[in-house]
Amino acid sequence: MKQPQTSRRSFLALAALTPFAVAATTACGTSGPGASSAGGGASMWYLSGEPNQTTMQKAVDAFNSANPDNKIEVTYFQNDAYKTKIKTAIGAGQAPTIIYGWGGGTLKTYAEANQVDDLTGWFDENKDLKEKFFPASFGAATVNGKIYALPNQYVAPIVLFYNKELFEKAGVQPPKTWDDIMSLVKTFNGMGVAPFSLGGQSRWTSMMWLEYLLDRIGGPGVFTAIFEGKPNAWLDPAVIETGTKIQELVTAEGFIKGFSSITADSNADQALLFTGKAAMMLHGSWTYGAMKKGGQNFVQDGKLGFVQFPTVAGGKGDPKNGVGNPAQYMSISSKATEEEKESAKKFFKDGILTETVIDTYINSGSVPIVNGIEDKLNTSPDKDFLNFVYDMAKNAPSFQQSWDQALSPTAAEALLNNIDQLFLKSITPQQFAENMNATLGK
Amino acid sequence: MSNAVSTAPTTAAARTESEQTGKRRAALAWLTLPALFFFLVFAVVPLAGVFILSFTSWDGIGAIGAAGLGNWFSVLADPGLYNALGLTFLIMAASWLVQTPISLLLGVFTAGSQRYRAALAVLYFLPLLLSSAAVAIAFKALLDPNFGLATGLGLPFLAQDWLGVPHLALGLAIFVIAWQFVPFHTLIYQGGVRQIPKSLYEAAEIDGAGTIKQFFHITLPQLKYTIITSSTLMVVGSLTYFDLIFVLTGGGPGNSTRILALDMYLRGFRANLMGPASVIAVILVLIGLALALFLQRLGGKDKQGSQLEGL
Repeated sequence: MKQPQTSRRSFLALAALTPFAVAATTACGTSGPGASSAGGGASMWYLSGEPNQTTMQKAVDAFNSANPDNKIEVTYFQNDAYKTKIKTAIGAGQAPTIIYGWGGGTLKTYAEANQVDDLTGWFDENKDLKEKFFPASFGAATVNGKIYALPNQYVAPIVLFYNKELFEKAGVQPPKTWDDIMSLVKTFNGMGVAPFSLGGQSRWTSMMWLEYLLDRIGGPGVFTAIFEGKPNAWLDPAVIETGTKIQELVTAEGFIKGFSSITADSNADQALLFTGKAAMMLHGSWTYGAMKKGGQNFVQDGKLGFVQFPTVAGGKGDPKNGVGNPAQYMSISSKATEEEKESAKKFFKDGILTETVIDTYINSGSVPIVNGIEDKLNTSPDKDFLNFVYDMAKNAPSFQQSWDQALSPTAAEALLNNIDQLFLKSITPQQFAENMNATLGK
Repeated sequence: MSNAVSTAPTTAAARTESEQTGKRRAALAWLTLPALFFFLVFAVVPLAGVFILSFTSWDGIGAIGAAGLGNWFSVLADPGLYNALGLTFLIMAASWLVQTPISLLLGVFTAGSQRYRAALAVLYFLPLLLSSAAVAIAFKALLDPNFGLATGLGLPFLAQDWLGVPHLALGLAIFVIAWQFVPFHTLIYQGGVRQIPKSLYEAAEIDGAGTIKQFFHITLPQLKYTIITSSTLMVVGSLTYFDLIFVLTGGGPGNSTRILALDMYLRGFRANLMGPASVIAVILVLIGLALALFLQRLGGKDKQGSQLEGL
């Protein structure tokens, strides 16, 4: 009776392995809802979370009741989950008609795989639509000279926020130079207040520091060379100096203790600023609206200050340069039927960034990417901040798209991983530059 | 196949017996078909798929191109792989060392027939009902250095940079995994203990053995196969600890909790490198297979033998 035992044993062994063999291979499984829609309508995936979800739902409801034959069906996903899910769905040919994204490197991979439609011709036919948006917003929607996405929503630069109350208490002014930052770090640490809040576990939060520092030190050309994949672009001395400055700030305890345990998803980094546990925070302009909503009247009482990122002595970057998200983007899946595509285009034209939506964005503290909104901004209770953002979007000599969106997904993942290690000081600025240099062209 | 029958003298009686056995076996073989079918569809086919993908370059979106052995060379030369392998085995060993004694003792404790033990057993079982993602999010919120338990309860020693210091993050991951899986193994041990015949303990008591002696000389040896089963599940299962660590630390800080399964996911679905991710999947399968076979061997050759001889 020996043989049957042996075979059963190995079978059992295999059976024990089955679950993770399956997990290893089918993790990309389900296509989920919204992959197809009946009739002439179109499907769309969008991000959950307020106030954007309600704004979009209202816009879609209004469009659907006006266009019963071109109904848009929206499914909402949480941000990080969405980024993985949409990639998998597109790879499996199960994408929704309207593909939401941030343009840049990810859009490029879609365009090069012929997964999204070229909209250049359509924009030529609809000149007034094209002229409605900030011209700069088309940059991240363009791949090899062709437009693959409709810019929408709002411009979101990265802003240096500060707690006015704490600055008054300390009797100091907001920083204008990097040296100011280093001396403010000493002042606030002496007061027992963390100089900077940072949700370091999210990694892209730490990346915002590098984006600005590299611009201020080496000018926008350094990252342009990286983006274009020029040989040894990451080995530019400005990259090394950026890394050195970051590690100096970490060593001087510039960031709140335990910043690597804080995530941006939970908004704990914003809470540190408005509860007075941290004096400053470098973050996206969207946190203004979030702090207005959740910050216990911190914004309404005028305690939130905001300035441009400081200059670095001897640096080449214009202090007016901005970084952040020039807009959000929507593309049309090339796998959709003609009817679905028609509905999507109609929605692009009539359903998105309607007057109601524009007003909603302005009321929530964001600057929509449409021309001719100066009057609306000036009558808003948040006009100081809105005009600050608007000015940055309109007049910045260079507005660099967030690196993790601009680069290919492969390079972006390596970037975030290396930034995490740079902030932990487990790699040197030189190693950071070399590790990243190896990702050029990937 | 029974050797005794096939080498037996060819008498008529023996032949009919062997033919009958053969027929019965053929009839029984049909019964394995559904299982074989599922095994083929859900294990063999994906395994083959991953093996083939490991020789291609694919970003998950565009066309799949041949890459030869390129992925294998690049992954095997990547120090990240050995870091991930080391962490996987470290977490595996630490999880086994932490979980086995706790679940064994809890299992023995809850096997008793007293009411309060049954009530406690239900409480111990609760963490198993929660999803790993929920557990990870809850622990993350509780351990937030600024707004977590430390501030809430005024316990400053809890205000550590739990997810920001490499060894703390690793220790935390091992702790949370144990918190979630100890109930399951407790249940296995509880069942095992209840199977031990009472007469053994009665005899031991007559011979004057105390509780501790009974535990080491009766309970533990009788639980030999339960320990092997539980250890197999723990060890092979630890290869797949993914969701909890993914949500808890995301592999960070740096790469200090980036275990193999997570490394595979991040390479495949974040960095869009399906080829190298498939290489890691194949490595995972090989390690799992080797471990499972090794643990089966630990059971010894007399595995089918009874532990209850003489009773």
